Amino acid sequence: MTTAATTHHSAVLEHRDRFRPRQAAGKGHVSVRNVDIVFDTHHGPHTAVQGAQLEIQPGEFVCLLGPSGCGKSTLMNVVAGFVKPRHGELLVDGQPVAGPGPDRGMVFQQHSLFPWKTVKDNVAFGPLMAGVGPREAESVSRTFLSLVGLSGYADAYPSTLSGGMQQRVGIARALANYPSVLLMDEPFGALDAQTRTMMQENLLEIWSEFRNTVLFVTHDIDEAIFLSDRIVVMSASPGRIIADIRVKLERPRQAELLTSPAFMALKRECLALIREQTLHAFEQQNRKH
Amino acid sequence: MSVKPGPFQASSAVVPSSTGERGVIQADGAATETVVGTDAVGAAVEASHARLPANWRRYLVRIAALVVAVMIWHLAAVNDLNLYLRFENVPNPVVVGTEFIAQLSSQTFYLHILHSMERIAIAYGLAVVIGIALGVMMGRSRFAEDIILPYIEILRPIPAVAWIPLAILMMPTEQASIVFITFLGALFPIVLNTVHGVEQTPKVLVRAARSLGASNAAILRHVVLPGALPSIVAGLAIGMGVAWFSLLAGEIISGQYGIGYFTWSAYTLVEYPKIIIGMLVIGGLGSLCTLLVRKGCAPLLRWQKEAGRS
Repeated sequence: MTTAATTHHSAVLEHRDRFRPRQAAGKGHVSVRNVDIVFDTHHGPHTAVQGAQLEIQPGEFVCLLGPSGCGKSTLMNVVAGFVKPRHGELLVDGQPVAGPGPDRGMVFQQHSLFPWKTVKDNVAFGPLMAGVGPREAESVSRTFLSLVGLSGYADAYPSTLSGGMQQRVGIARALANYPSVLLMDEPFGALDAQTRTMMQENLLEIWSEFRNTVLFVTHDIDEAIFLSDRIVVMSASPGRIIADIRVKLERPRQAELLTSPAFMALKRECLALIREQTLHAFEQQNRKH
Repeated sequence: MSVKPGPFQASSAVVPSSTGERGVIQADGAATETVVGTDAVGAAVEASHARLPANWRRYLVRIAALVVAVMIWHLAAVNDLNLYLRFENVPNPVVVGTEFIAQLSSQTFYLHILHSMERIAIAYGLAVVIGIALGVMMGRSRFAEDIILPYIEILRPIPAVAWIPLAILMMPTEQASIVFITFLGALFPIVLNTVHGVEQTPKVLVRAARSLGASNAAILRHVVLPGALPSIVAGLAIGMGVAWFSLLAGEIISGQYGIGYFTWSAYTLVEYPKIIIGMLVIGGLGSLCTLLVRKGCAPLLRWQKEAGRS
Protein backbone atom coordinates (compact mmCIF):
# COMPACT_ATOMS: atom_id res chain seq x y z
CA MET A 1 0.00 0.00 0.00
CA THR A 2 2.63 2.49 0.99
CA THR A 3 4.90 1.92 -1.99
CA ALA A 4 2.24 2.80 -4.51
CA ALA A 5 1.27 5.77 -2.40
CA THR A 6 4.82 7.06 -2.32
CA THR A 7 5.16 6.73 -6.08
CA HIS A 8 1.96 8.66 -6.70
CA HIS A 9 2.73 11.25 -4.16
CA SER A 10 6.25 12.00 -5.33
CA ALA A 11 5.17 12.04 -9.00
CA VAL A 12 2.32 14.38 -8.22
CA LEU A 13 4.51 16.72 -6.22
CA GLU A 14 7.30 16.67 -8.76
CA HIS A 15 4.98 17.87 -11.51
CA ARG A 16 3.46 20.49 -9.31
CA ASP A 17 6.81 21.94 -8.35
CA ARG A 18 7.81 22.10 -11.96
CA PHE A 19 4.90 23.97 -13.45
CA ARG A 20 2.95 25.51 -10.63
CA PRO A 21 5.45 26.26 -7.89
CA ARG A 22 3.47 29.18 -6.54
CA GLN A 23 0.60 26.80 -5.79
CA ALA A 24 2.10 26.05 -2.41
CA ALA A 25 0.20 24.66 0.53
CA GLY A 26 -1.99 27.01 2.53
CA LYS A 27 -3.80 28.29 -0.56
CA GLY A 28 -7.47 27.87 -1.23
CA HIS A 29 -9.20 30.23 1.12
CA VAL A 30 -12.69 30.94 -0.17
CA SER A 31 -14.66 33.85 1.17
CA VAL A 32 -18.27 34.39 0.14
CA ARG A 33 -19.47 37.71 1.50
CA ASN A 34 -23.13 38.62 1.44
CA VAL A 35 -23.65 37.29 -2.04
CA ASP A 36 -26.98 37.74 -3.83
CA ILE A 37 -27.45 36.01 -7.15
CA VAL A 38 -30.30 37.31 -9.25
CA PHE A 39 -31.32 36.17 -12.72
CA ASP A 40 -33.46 38.25 -15.03
CA THR A 41 -36.21 36.05 -16.39
CA HIS A 42 -39.25 36.75 -18.54
CA HIS A 43 -41.30 37.06 -15.37
CA GLY A 44 -38.91 39.56 -13.84
CA PRO A 45 -35.92 39.15 -11.56
CA HIS A 46 -35.53 35.79 -9.85
CA THR A 47 -33.41 35.60 -6.70
CA ALA A 48 -31.54 32.32 -6.81
CA VAL A 49 -29.32 32.92 -3.80
CA GLN A 50 -29.81 35.50 -1.07
CA GLY A 51 -27.26 36.80 1.41
CA ALA A 52 -24.86 33.91 1.23
CA GLN A 53 -22.05 34.12 3.81
CA LEU A 54 -19.38 31.49 3.81
CA GLU A 55 -15.76 31.20 4.85
CA ILE A 56 -13.87 28.12 3.74
CA GLN A 57 -10.42 27.50 5.15
CA PRO A 58 -7.59 26.15 3.01
CA GLY A 59 -7.73 22.38 2.83
CA GLU A 60 -11.30 22.11 4.06
CA PHE A 61 -13.70 19.66 2.43
CA VAL A 62 -17.06 21.42 2.40
CA CYS A 63 -20.32 20.02 1.08
CA LEU A 64 -23.12 22.32 -0.07
CA LEU A 65 -26.23 20.33 0.74
CA GLY A 66 -29.74 21.22 -0.25
CA PRO A 67 -32.82 20.27 -2.26
CA SER A 68 -32.80 20.76 -6.00
CA GLY A 69 -33.44 24.36 -6.97
CA CYS A 70 -31.97 25.80 -3.78
CA GLY A 71 -29.22 27.54 -5.68
CA LYS A 72 -26.32 25.43 -4.44
CA SER A 73 -25.02 24.84 -7.94
CA THR A 74 -25.54 28.49 -8.74
CA LEU A 75 -23.49 29.49 -5.74
CA MET A 76 -20.77 27.14 -6.88
CA ASN A 77 -20.88 28.65 -10.36
CA VAL A 78 -20.19 32.01 -8.77
CA VAL A 79 -17.12 30.61 -7.06
CA ALA A 80 -16.10 29.06 -10.39
CA GLY A 81 -16.53 32.45 -12.05
CA PHE A 82 -19.20 31.39 -14.54
CA VAL A 83 -21.88 33.54 -12.92
CA LYS A 84 -21.52 37.04 -11.52
CA PRO A 85 -23.26 37.85 -8.25
CA ARG A 86 -25.66 40.80 -8.24
CA HIS A 87 -24.44 41.96 -4.84
CA GLY A 88 -21.70 40.95 -2.48
CA GLU A 89 -18.17 39.90 -2.87
CA LEU A 90 -16.33 36.70 -3.59
CA LEU A 91 -12.66 36.27 -2.75
CA VAL A 92 -10.34 33.36 -3.32
CA ASP A 93 -7.09 33.78 -1.42
CA GLY A 94 -7.92 37.43 -0.97
CA GLN A 95 -8.40 38.09 -4.68
CA PRO A 96 -11.84 38.95 -6.08
CA VAL A 97 -13.06 36.34 -8.58
CA ALA A 98 -13.24 37.94 -12.03
CA GLY A 99 -13.98 34.85 -14.10
CA PRO A 100 -13.18 31.17 -14.47
CA GLY A 101 -9.56 30.26 -13.86
CA PRO A 102 -7.27 27.30 -13.48
CA ASP A 103 -6.84 27.93 -9.74
CA ARG A 104 -10.41 26.66 -9.32
CA GLY A 105 -10.76 23.26 -10.95
CA MET A 106 -14.26 22.11 -11.76
CA VAL A 107 -15.77 18.65 -11.99
CA PHE A 108 -19.18 18.70 -13.64
CA GLN A 109 -22.10 16.36 -13.22
CA GLN A 110 -21.58 14.56 -16.53
CA HIS A 111 -20.69 14.83 -20.22
CA SER A 112 -18.02 17.42 -19.66
CA LEU A 113 -15.06 15.61 -21.21
CA PHE A 114 -14.01 16.68 -24.69
CA PRO A 115 -15.36 13.78 -26.76
CA TRP A 116 -12.85 14.39 -29.58
CA LYS A 117 -9.85 14.13 -27.29
CA THR A 118 -8.56 10.87 -25.92
CA VAL A 119 -8.67 10.35 -22.16
CA LYS A 120 -4.98 11.22 -22.00
CA ASP A 121 -5.42 14.44 -24.01
CA ASN A 122 -8.38 15.47 -21.88
CA VAL A 123 -6.25 15.32 -18.76
CA ALA A 124 -3.29 16.98 -20.49
CA PHE A 125 -5.42 19.93 -21.59
CA GLY A 126 -5.04 21.97 -18.39
CA PRO A 127 -1.24 21.65 -18.20
CA LEU A 128 -1.03 22.53 -21.91
CA MET A 129 -3.09 25.66 -21.32
CA ALA A 130 -0.79 26.49 -18.42
CA GLY A 131 2.03 26.68 -20.93
CA VAL A 132 3.68 23.39 -20.09
CA GLY A 133 5.27 21.66 -23.07
CA PRO A 134 3.45 18.75 -24.74
CA ARG A 135 5.83 16.15 -23.37
CA GLU A 136 5.52 17.40 -19.81
CA ALA A 137 1.74 17.68 -20.18
CA GLU A 138 1.54 14.10 -21.31
CA SER A 139 3.65 13.00 -18.38
CA VAL A 140 1.40 14.91 -15.97
CA SER A 141 -1.58 13.31 -17.65
CA ARG A 142 -0.20 9.82 -17.19
CA THR A 143 0.55 10.49 -13.53
CA PHE A 144 -3.00 11.61 -12.89
CA LEU A 145 -4.55 8.79 -14.87
CA SER A 146 -2.68 6.29 -12.75
CA LEU A 147 -3.85 8.22 -9.71
CA VAL A 148 -7.47 7.54 -10.67
CA GLY A 149 -6.67 4.01 -11.82
CA LEU A 150 -7.25 4.57 -15.52
CA SER A 151 -3.74 4.15 -16.95
CA GLY A 152 -5.02 1.46 -19.26
CA TYR A 153 -7.48 3.82 -20.90
CA ALA A 154 -5.11 6.64 -21.84
CA ASP A 155 -5.79 6.33 -25.57
CA ALA A 156 -9.50 5.58 -25.36
CA TYR A 157 -12.12 8.14 -26.28
CA PRO A 158 -14.40 9.22 -23.41
CA SER A 159 -17.57 7.88 -25.01
CA THR A 160 -16.21 4.34 -24.79
CA LEU A 161 -15.94 4.63 -21.00
CA SER A 162 -18.61 4.00 -18.37
CA GLY A 163 -20.13 6.94 -16.51
CA GLY A 164 -18.03 6.29 -13.42
CA MET A 165 -14.84 6.09 -15.42
CA GLN A 166 -15.68 9.31 -17.23
CA GLN A 167 -16.12 11.06 -13.90
CA ARG A 168 -12.76 9.79 -12.74
CA VAL A 169 -11.19 11.23 -15.89
CA GLY A 170 -12.99 14.48 -15.05
CA ILE A 171 -11.46 14.45 -11.58
CA ALA A 172 -8.01 13.70 -12.97
CA ARG A 173 -8.41 16.52 -15.50
CA ALA A 174 -9.38 19.04 -12.85
CA LEU A 175 -6.59 17.96 -10.49
CA ALA A 176 -3.90 17.93 -13.19
CA ASN A 177 -4.02 21.72 -13.04
CA TYR A 178 -3.15 21.71 -9.33
CA PRO A 179 -6.10 23.89 -8.40
CA SER A 180 -6.09 25.35 -4.92
CA VAL A 181 -9.86 24.90 -4.89
CA LEU A 182 -11.63 21.90 -6.37
CA LEU A 183 -15.27 22.53 -7.24
CA MET A 184 -17.47 19.49 -7.70
CA ASP A 185 -21.02 19.92 -8.94
CA GLU A 186 -22.90 16.72 -8.04
CA PRO A 187 -20.17 14.73 -9.76
CA PHE A 188 -21.62 11.36 -8.77
CA GLY A 189 -25.28 12.30 -9.13
CA ALA A 190 -25.75 10.41 -12.39
CA LEU A 191 -24.07 7.21 -11.21
CA ASP A 192 -25.70 4.12 -9.77
CA ALA A 193 -25.56 3.72 -5.98
CA GLN A 194 -22.84 1.08 -5.97
CA THR A 195 -20.51 2.98 -8.25
CA ARG A 196 -21.24 6.16 -6.32
CA THR A 197 -20.04 4.70 -3.01
CA MET A 198 -16.88 3.49 -4.65
CA MET A 199 -16.30 6.86 -6.25
CA GLN A 200 -16.72 8.59 -2.89
CA GLU A 201 -14.13 6.36 -1.29
CA ASN A 202 -11.87 6.82 -4.27
CA LEU A 203 -12.22 10.59 -4.12
CA LEU A 204 -11.24 10.69 -0.45
CA GLU A 205 -8.17 8.60 -1.16
CA ILE A 206 -7.09 10.89 -3.97
CA TRP A 207 -7.87 13.99 -1.97
CA SER A 208 -5.72 12.73 0.89
CA GLU A 209 -2.76 13.27 -1.43
CA PHE A 210 -3.71 16.84 -2.27
CA ARG A 211 -5.52 18.22 0.73
CA ASN A 212 -6.67 21.16 -1.32
CA THR A 213 -9.92 22.96 -0.61
CA VAL A 214 -12.96 21.10 -1.95
CA LEU A 215 -16.40 22.54 -2.42
CA PHE A 216 -18.78 19.71 -3.23
CA VAL A 217 -22.41 20.19 -4.20
CA THR A 218 -24.84 17.38 -3.40
CA HIS A 219 -28.42 16.70 -2.37
CA ASP A 220 -27.46 13.40 -0.75
CA ILE A 221 -26.99 13.71 3.01
CA ASP A 222 -25.09 10.40 3.30
CA GLU A 223 -22.65 11.59 0.68
CA ALA A 224 -22.22 14.92 2.45
CA ILE A 225 -21.52 13.34 5.83
CA PHE A 226 -19.22 10.69 4.41
CA LEU A 227 -17.07 13.12 2.47
CA SER A 228 -16.91 16.41 4.23
CA ASP A 229 -15.41 18.26 7.17
CA ARG A 230 -18.30 20.65 7.05
CA ILE A 231 -21.80 20.59 5.66
CA VAL A 232 -23.33 23.86 4.60
CA VAL A 233 -27.08 23.39 4.31
CA MET A 234 -29.16 25.52 1.93
CA SER A 235 -32.91 25.94 1.65
CA ALA A 236 -34.90 26.76 -1.44
CA SER A 237 -36.72 29.85 -2.72
CA PRO A 238 -34.81 31.94 -2.23
CA GLY A 239 -31.64 29.93 -1.79
CA ARG A 240 -30.17 30.66 1.61
CA ILE A 241 -27.62 29.09 3.88
CA ILE A 242 -29.56 27.81 6.88
CA ALA A 243 -27.07 25.62 8.73
CA ASP A 244 -23.36 24.95 9.00
CA ILE A 245 -22.55 21.55 10.50
CA ARG A 246 -19.09 20.22 11.43
CA VAL A 247 -18.53 16.57 10.67
CA LYS A 248 -16.19 15.20 13.26
CA LEU A 249 -15.59 11.76 11.84
CA GLU A 250 -12.08 10.48 11.68
CA ARG A 251 -10.21 10.09 8.44
CA PRO A 252 -9.38 8.02 6.51
CA ARG A 253 -12.98 7.01 5.98
CA GLN A 254 -14.08 3.82 4.32
CA ALA A 255 -17.43 2.64 3.06
CA GLU A 256 -18.05 0.66 6.28
CA LEU A 257 -18.45 4.00 8.01
CA LEU A 258 -21.77 4.48 6.23
CA THR A 259 -23.40 1.82 8.40
CA SER A 260 -21.62 2.58 11.66
CA PRO A 261 -23.51 3.83 14.76
CA ALA A 262 -21.42 6.99 14.82
CA PHE A 263 -22.45 7.79 11.25
CA MET A 264 -26.12 7.06 11.99
CA ALA A 265 -26.06 9.24 15.10
CA LEU A 266 -24.53 12.09 13.17
CA LYS A 267 -27.00 11.69 10.34
CA ARG A 268 -29.90 11.80 12.81
CA GLU A 269 -28.47 14.94 14.33
CA CYS A 270 -28.03 16.54 10.92
CA LEU A 271 -31.54 15.67 9.82
CA ALA A 272 -32.99 17.12 13.01
CA LEU A 273 -30.98 20.29 12.62
CA ILE A 274 -31.90 20.62 8.96
CA ARG A 275 -35.59 20.16 9.77
CA GLU A 276 -35.44 22.70 12.56
CA GLN A 277 -33.59 25.22 10.42
CA THR A 278 -35.88 24.66 7.47
CA LEU A 279 -38.92 25.35 9.63
CA HIS A 280 -37.20 28.39 11.07
CA ALA A 281 -36.44 29.64 7.57
CA PHE A 282 -40.06 29.18 6.53
CA GLU A 283 -41.30 31.07 9.60
CA GLN A 284 -39.00 33.96 8.85
CA GLN A 285 -40.20 33.89 5.28
CA ASN A 286 -43.85 34.00 6.38
CA ARG A 287 -43.26 36.81 8.83
CA LYS A 288 -41.86 38.92 6.04
CA HIS A 289 -44.92 38.51 3.83
CA MET B 1 -2.41 5.23 0.03
CA SER B 2 -2.81 3.58 -3.30
CA VAL B 3 -5.91 3.82 -5.41
CA LYS B 4 -7.87 0.67 -5.92
CA PRO B 5 -8.59 0.36 -9.61
CA GLY B 6 -10.20 -3.07 -9.44
CA PRO B 7 -13.94 -2.63 -9.12
CA PHE B 8 -14.12 0.28 -11.53
CA GLN B 9 -12.51 -1.50 -14.42
CA ALA B 10 -15.25 -4.07 -14.39
CA SER B 11 -17.97 -1.54 -14.97
CA SER B 12 -17.41 -0.57 -18.54
CA ALA B 13 -20.92 0.22 -19.61
CA VAL B 14 -21.44 2.44 -22.58
CA VAL B 15 -22.76 5.92 -22.49
CA PRO B 16 -24.43 6.88 -25.72
CA SER B 17 -22.95 10.05 -27.13
CA SER B 18 -25.26 12.95 -27.53
CA THR B 19 -23.41 14.14 -30.58
CA GLY B 20 -25.10 11.66 -32.85
CA GLU B 21 -28.23 13.67 -33.35
CA ARG B 22 -27.08 16.61 -35.30
CA GLY B 23 -29.51 17.96 -37.80
CA VAL B 24 -28.07 19.60 -40.83
CA ILE B 25 -29.11 22.42 -43.03
CA GLN B 26 -29.17 21.40 -46.60
CA ALA B 27 -28.73 23.82 -49.43
CA ASP B 28 -31.73 24.24 -51.68
CA GLY B 29 -29.66 23.57 -54.74
CA ALA B 30 -28.32 20.38 -53.31
CA ALA B 31 -30.76 18.12 -55.06
CA THR B 32 -27.97 15.88 -56.17
CA GLU B 33 -26.69 15.14 -52.71
CA THR B 34 -28.91 13.11 -50.46
CA VAL B 35 -26.58 12.00 -47.69
CA VAL B 36 -27.21 14.24 -44.75
CA GLY B 37 -25.40 15.07 -41.57
CA THR B 38 -23.98 12.43 -39.32
CA ASP B 39 -25.93 9.85 -41.25
CA ALA B 40 -22.73 10.01 -43.20
CA VAL B 41 -21.01 8.30 -40.32
CA GLY B 42 -23.72 5.70 -40.19
CA ALA B 43 -23.33 5.20 -43.91
CA ALA B 44 -19.59 4.83 -43.50
CA VAL B 45 -20.07 2.22 -40.81
CA GLU B 46 -22.55 0.42 -43.02
CA ALA B 47 -20.13 0.56 -45.90
CA SER B 48 -17.41 -1.02 -43.82
CA HIS B 49 -19.82 -3.78 -42.94
CA ALA B 50 -20.74 -4.21 -46.57
CA ARG B 51 -17.08 -4.79 -47.32
CA LEU B 52 -17.21 -7.93 -45.24
CA PRO B 53 -17.21 -11.07 -47.37
CA ALA B 54 -20.36 -12.23 -45.63
CA ASN B 55 -22.24 -9.65 -47.66
CA TRP B 56 -21.08 -10.80 -51.08
CA ARG B 57 -24.61 -11.90 -51.92
CA ARG B 58 -25.88 -8.37 -51.62
CA TYR B 59 -23.05 -7.19 -53.83
CA LEU B 60 -24.02 -9.70 -56.48
CA VAL B 61 -27.59 -8.43 -56.38
CA ARG B 62 -26.41 -4.85 -56.79
CA ILE B 63 -24.24 -5.72 -59.78
CA ALA B 64 -27.03 -7.78 -61.30
CA ALA B 65 -29.42 -4.85 -60.95
CA LEU B 66 -27.06 -2.66 -62.94
CA VAL B 67 -26.50 -5.31 -65.58
CA VAL B 68 -30.24 -5.60 -66.10
CA ALA B 69 -30.49 -1.85 -66.68
CA VAL B 70 -27.67 -1.91 -69.23
CA MET B 71 -29.34 -4.82 -71.02
CA ILE B 72 -32.67 -3.02 -71.21
CA TRP B 73 -30.86 0.04 -72.54
CA HIS B 74 -29.10 -2.12 -75.12
CA LEU B 75 -32.28 -3.82 -76.32
CA ALA B 76 -34.16 -0.53 -76.48
CA ALA B 77 -31.38 1.18 -78.42
CA VAL B 78 -30.76 -1.66 -80.86
CA ASN B 79 -34.48 -2.01 -81.64
CA ASP B 80 -35.02 1.76 -81.90
CA LEU B 81 -37.73 1.57 -79.31
CA ASN B 82 -40.28 4.38 -79.46
CA LEU B 83 -42.66 4.19 -76.53
CA TYR B 84 -43.03 7.88 -75.64
CA LEU B 85 -39.30 7.70 -74.76
CA ARG B 86 -37.51 7.68 -78.10
CA PHE B 87 -34.39 5.56 -78.42
CA GLU B 88 -33.70 6.17 -82.13
CA ASN B 89 -31.00 8.70 -81.32
CA VAL B 90 -29.66 6.90 -78.27
CA PRO B 91 -26.44 5.01 -78.95
CA ASN B 92 -26.33 1.51 -77.54
CA PRO B 93 -23.92 0.51 -74.76
CA VAL B 94 -21.53 -1.23 -77.12
CA VAL B 95 -21.12 1.90 -79.22
CA VAL B 96 -20.68 4.01 -76.09
CA GLY B 97 -18.12 1.57 -74.71
CA THR B 98 -16.12 1.56 -77.94
CA GLU B 99 -16.18 5.34 -78.11
CA PHE B 100 -15.13 5.55 -74.46
CA ILE B 101 -12.07 3.40 -75.14
CA ALA B 102 -11.24 5.61 -78.12
CA GLN B 103 -11.60 8.70 -75.94
CA LEU B 104 -9.23 7.25 -73.38
CA SER B 105 -6.41 7.59 -75.86
CA SER B 106 -7.39 11.12 -76.90
CA GLN B 107 -5.52 13.96 -75.31
CA THR B 108 -8.37 16.47 -75.49
CA PHE B 109 -10.56 14.16 -73.40
CA TYR B 110 -8.09 14.46 -70.52
CA LEU B 111 -7.76 18.17 -71.16
CA HIS B 112 -11.53 18.53 -70.62
CA ILE B 113 -11.32 16.59 -67.37
CA LEU B 114 -8.28 18.55 -66.27
CA HIS B 115 -10.02 21.87 -66.85
CA SER B 116 -13.05 20.80 -64.88
CA MET B 117 -10.93 19.53 -62.02
CA GLU B 118 -8.93 22.74 -61.97
CA ARG B 119 -12.09 24.84 -61.72
CA ILE B 120 -13.43 22.59 -58.97
CA ALA B 121 -10.17 22.81 -57.07
CA ILE B 122 -10.00 26.61 -57.17
CA ALA B 123 -13.69 27.22 -56.51
CA TYR B 124 -14.06 24.56 -53.86
CA GLY B 125 -10.85 25.56 -52.11
CA LEU B 126 -12.08 29.15 -51.88
CA ALA B 127 -15.51 28.02 -50.71
CA VAL B 128 -13.99 25.88 -47.95
CA VAL B 129 -11.78 28.63 -46.59
CA ILE B 130 -14.32 31.45 -46.89
CA GLY B 131 -17.29 29.26 -45.95
CA ILE B 132 -15.79 27.92 -42.74
CA ALA B 133 -14.43 31.34 -41.77
CA LEU B 134 -17.84 33.00 -42.31
CA GLY B 135 -19.62 30.15 -40.56
CA VAL B 136 -17.40 30.32 -37.49
CA MET B 137 -17.77 34.09 -37.28
CA MET B 138 -21.54 33.82 -37.54
CA GLY B 139 -21.72 31.02 -35.03
CA ARG B 140 -19.57 32.80 -32.48
CA SER B 141 -20.64 36.40 -32.81
CA ARG B 142 -24.18 37.68 -32.91
CA PHE B 143 -22.96 40.90 -34.52
CA ALA B 144 -21.22 39.03 -37.34
CA GLU B 145 -24.33 36.91 -37.82
CA ASP B 146 -26.52 40.00 -38.08
CA ILE B 147 -24.25 41.41 -40.78
CA ILE B 148 -23.75 38.26 -42.83
CA LEU B 149 -27.08 36.45 -42.45
CA PRO B 150 -29.17 38.85 -44.59
CA TYR B 151 -26.85 38.30 -47.55
CA ILE B 152 -27.05 34.58 -47.15
CA GLU B 153 -30.81 34.57 -46.82
CA ILE B 154 -31.19 36.62 -50.00
CA LEU B 155 -28.55 34.91 -52.11
CA ARG B 156 -28.96 31.31 -51.02
CA PRO B 157 -32.27 30.59 -52.76
CA ILE B 158 -30.85 31.76 -56.10
CA PRO B 159 -29.68 28.67 -58.02
CA ALA B 160 -26.15 28.82 -59.40
CA VAL B 161 -27.54 28.59 -62.94
CA ALA B 162 -29.38 31.86 -62.45
CA TRP B 163 -26.06 33.56 -61.77
CA ILE B 164 -24.63 32.67 -65.16
CA PRO B 165 -25.67 35.78 -67.14
CA LEU B 166 -24.55 38.20 -64.46
CA ALA B 167 -21.35 36.24 -63.84
CA ILE B 168 -20.48 36.45 -67.54
CA LEU B 169 -21.21 40.18 -67.54
CA MET B 170 -19.23 40.91 -64.41
CA MET B 171 -16.26 38.58 -64.49
CA PRO B 172 -13.23 39.51 -66.60
CA THR B 173 -12.76 36.04 -68.07
CA GLU B 174 -14.92 33.08 -68.89
CA GLN B 175 -12.82 30.96 -66.57
CA ALA B 176 -13.46 33.39 -63.70
CA SER B 177 -17.20 33.35 -64.27
CA ILE B 178 -17.37 29.55 -64.22
CA VAL B 179 -15.20 29.40 -61.09
CA PHE B 180 -17.38 32.03 -59.46
CA ILE B 181 -20.56 30.08 -60.13
CA THR B 182 -18.99 26.90 -58.82
CA PHE B 183 -17.74 28.72 -55.75
CA LEU B 184 -21.21 30.08 -55.00
CA GLY B 185 -22.73 26.65 -55.26
CA ALA B 186 -20.30 25.16 -52.75
CA LEU B 187 -20.28 28.13 -50.41
CA PHE B 188 -23.77 28.07 -48.89
CA PRO B 189 -23.95 24.49 -47.67
CA ILE B 190 -20.51 24.92 -46.11
CA VAL B 191 -21.40 28.20 -44.38
CA LEU B 192 -24.73 26.99 -43.06
CA ASN B 193 -23.45 23.67 -41.80
CA THR B 194 -20.53 25.39 -40.11
CA VAL B 195 -22.86 27.85 -38.37
CA HIS B 196 -25.05 25.00 -37.27
CA GLY B 197 -22.11 23.02 -35.93
CA VAL B 198 -20.57 25.96 -34.12
CA GLU B 199 -23.86 26.92 -32.51
CA GLN B 200 -24.24 23.38 -31.17
CA THR B 201 -21.14 23.69 -28.99
CA PRO B 202 -22.14 22.35 -25.57
CA LYS B 203 -21.93 25.09 -22.96
CA VAL B 204 -20.49 22.72 -20.38
CA LEU B 205 -17.48 22.03 -22.59
CA VAL B 206 -16.77 25.74 -23.00
CA ARG B 207 -17.04 26.15 -19.25
CA ALA B 208 -14.78 23.17 -18.64
CA ALA B 209 -12.19 24.61 -21.01
CA ARG B 210 -12.36 28.03 -19.37
CA SER B 211 -11.90 26.62 -15.89
CA LEU B 212 -8.88 24.73 -17.22
CA GLY B 213 -7.36 28.04 -18.22
CA ALA B 214 -8.16 28.10 -21.96
CA SER B 215 -8.11 31.42 -23.82
CA ASN B 216 -10.76 32.33 -26.40
CA ALA B 217 -8.44 31.22 -29.20
CA ALA B 218 -7.79 27.91 -27.45
CA ILE B 219 -11.52 27.38 -26.97
CA LEU B 220 -12.08 27.96 -30.67
CA ARG B 221 -9.35 25.51 -31.59
CA HIS B 222 -9.91 22.81 -28.99
CA VAL B 223 -13.64 22.99 -28.33
CA VAL B 224 -15.68 24.87 -30.93
CA LEU B 225 -14.04 23.64 -34.15
CA PRO B 226 -13.72 19.98 -33.23
CA GLY B 227 -17.27 19.99 -31.94
CA ALA B 228 -18.54 21.53 -35.15
CA LEU B 229 -16.51 19.22 -37.33
CA PRO B 230 -19.12 16.51 -37.98
CA SER B 231 -21.49 19.17 -39.22
CA ILE B 232 -18.76 20.94 -41.19
CA VAL B 233 -17.74 17.71 -42.90
CA ALA B 234 -21.35 17.08 -43.87
CA GLY B 235 -21.40 20.59 -45.32
CA LEU B 236 -18.17 19.96 -47.20
CA ALA B 237 -19.56 16.81 -48.78
CA ILE B 238 -22.82 18.51 -49.76
CA GLY B 239 -20.83 21.50 -50.99
CA MET B 240 -18.77 19.25 -53.26
CA GLY B 241 -21.93 17.83 -54.81
CA VAL B 242 -23.37 21.27 -55.42
CA ALA B 243 -20.01 22.48 -56.75
CA TRP B 244 -20.14 19.89 -59.54
CA PHE B 245 -23.76 20.67 -60.23
CA SER B 246 -22.91 24.36 -60.60
CA LEU B 247 -19.72 23.76 -62.54
CA LEU B 248 -21.57 21.74 -65.14
CA ALA B 249 -24.20 24.41 -65.57
CA GLY B 250 -21.46 26.98 -66.09
CA GLU B 251 -19.48 24.82 -68.50
CA ILE B 252 -22.47 23.93 -70.62
CA ILE B 253 -23.35 27.54 -71.22
CA SER B 254 -19.91 29.01 -71.56
CA GLY B 255 -16.36 27.77 -71.77
CA GLN B 256 -14.12 26.06 -74.29
CA TYR B 257 -12.93 23.18 -72.21
CA GLY B 258 -14.36 21.17 -69.40
CA ILE B 259 -16.41 18.03 -69.13
CA GLY B 260 -19.65 20.00 -69.24
CA TYR B 261 -18.59 21.67 -72.46
CA PHE B 262 -17.54 18.25 -73.79
CA THR B 263 -21.03 16.89 -73.11
CA TRP B 264 -22.91 19.83 -74.57
CA SER B 265 -20.73 20.13 -77.66
CA ALA B 266 -21.23 16.40 -78.26
CA TYR B 267 -24.94 17.19 -78.54
CA THR B 268 -24.47 20.16 -80.89
CA LEU B 269 -21.96 18.25 -83.03
CA VAL B 270 -24.23 15.17 -83.16
CA GLU B 271 -21.65 12.92 -81.52
CA TYR B 272 -24.23 11.23 -79.35
CA PRO B 273 -22.09 8.52 -77.72
CA LYS B 274 -19.97 11.30 -76.24
CA ILE B 275 -23.03 12.71 -74.44
CA ILE B 276 -23.33 9.56 -72.41
CA ILE B 277 -19.58 9.35 -71.84
CA GLY B 278 -19.65 12.93 -70.57
CA MET B 279 -22.54 12.16 -68.26
CA LEU B 280 -20.88 9.10 -66.80
CA VAL B 281 -17.59 10.92 -66.34
CA ILE B 282 -19.38 13.76 -64.55
CA GLY B 283 -21.12 11.31 -62.26
CA GLY B 284 -17.93 9.39 -61.63
CA LEU B 285 -15.82 12.45 -60.91
CA GLY B 286 -18.49 13.98 -58.68
CA SER B 287 -18.75 10.80 -56.63
CA LEU B 288 -14.98 10.48 -56.50
CA CYS B 289 -14.54 14.04 -55.23
CA THR B 290 -17.24 13.63 -52.58
CA LEU B 291 -15.65 10.37 -51.51
CA LEU B 292 -12.26 12.08 -51.27
CA VAL B 293 -13.74 14.79 -49.06
CA ARG B 294 -15.30 12.22 -46.75
CA LYS B 295 -12.24 9.98 -46.63
CA GLY B 296 -9.98 12.97 -46.17
CA CYS B 297 -11.98 14.17 -43.19
CA ALA B 298 -12.54 10.72 -41.67
CA PRO B 299 -9.38 10.72 -39.51
CA LEU B 300 -10.62 13.93 -37.89
CA LEU B 301 -13.88 12.22 -36.92
CA ARG B 302 -12.35 9.07 -35.55
CA TRP B 303 -13.64 9.88 -32.06
CA GLN B 304 -17.19 9.78 -33.34
CA LYS B 305 -16.76 6.46 -35.08
CA GLU B 306 -15.24 4.94 -31.95
CA ALA B 307 -18.30 6.02 -30.02
CA GLY B 308 -20.60 4.45 -32.56
CA ARG B 309 -18.66 1.23 -32.67
CA SER B 310 -18.59 0.40 -28.98
